[in-house]
Amino acid sequence: MVPESYYLALSAMLFAIGVVGVVVRRNPLVIFMSIELALNAANLALVAFGHRHGTADGQALVFFVMAVAAAEVAVGLAIIVVIFRARHRLSVDDLNLMRW
Amino acid sequence: MGTAAFGLIALVILGSAVGLVLKRNPIHGALFLVVNLGGIAALYLTLGAEFLAAAQVIVYAGAIMVLFVFAIMILIPGKDETGPDPRRGYRLVAIPVGVALLAELGLIAARRVGTSSGPGGPGGVEAMGRLLFTDYLLPFELTSVLLLAAMVGVMLLSRRRT
Repeated sequence: MVPESYYLALSAMLFAIGVVGVVVRRNPLVIFMSIELALNAANLALVAFGHRHGTADGQALVFFVMAVAAAEVAVGLAIIVVIFRARHRLSVDDLNLMRW
Repeated sequence: MGTAAFGLIALVILGSAVGLVLKRNPIHGALFLVVNLGGIAALYLTLGAEFLAAAQVIVYAGAIMVLFVFAIMILIPGKDETGPDPRRGYRLVAIPVGVALLAELGLIAARRVGTSSGPGGPGGVEAMGRLLFTDYLLPFELTSVLLLAAMVGVMLLSRRRT
């Protein structure tokens, strides 16, 4: 049996890669996909903790995270499409209207 | 044995995550993310979370990634496909890989026939379903409201002003 700490280490690495993707990339779609990556890293940690404690609570939590992520992706992509229609360019560097 | 399998899956997951961040073409990134989500589903299976593994493949790798690919196709028009396929060599590899996969699946199916998997551990589907409809009933119902609100909001957002 693989110890849960391995899963947690993998989850931490995945989360770090997701954060790097959010910071480094300028395409909003790729940034969005990197956020999904980080979300999945958190899900993996939740399932690993649930396995460790022998309860299904972690899995129930991941189920809710999935539902919220589905809603988030639908709304987020709609917002990106609307922004693209208004500006005809796809880079987060252009979105500085509300910058102080 | 278990550790070797975990290492292999972890390698695939980390490699596809790095590919998502490094690849310039968002479509390639999306395909890497599908591989990544599939690998995480496999890890869910090793942790005894069968329902989540299925939901991961159906909801994440299926529905959500299709949405992503749709958005990429709409927003980033690709070049027209003209001329011969620049990567003909891939087709030659595809057939042996497909045959190998089929043989592997057949082998596994032949070995598992007749052996029923016993009741799952504490994290089985039954335990999770029981939990969802008792302790987590209110969040469960609220999720449906959230999904409905998201659906209406998306329709409102994506409507063209006339």
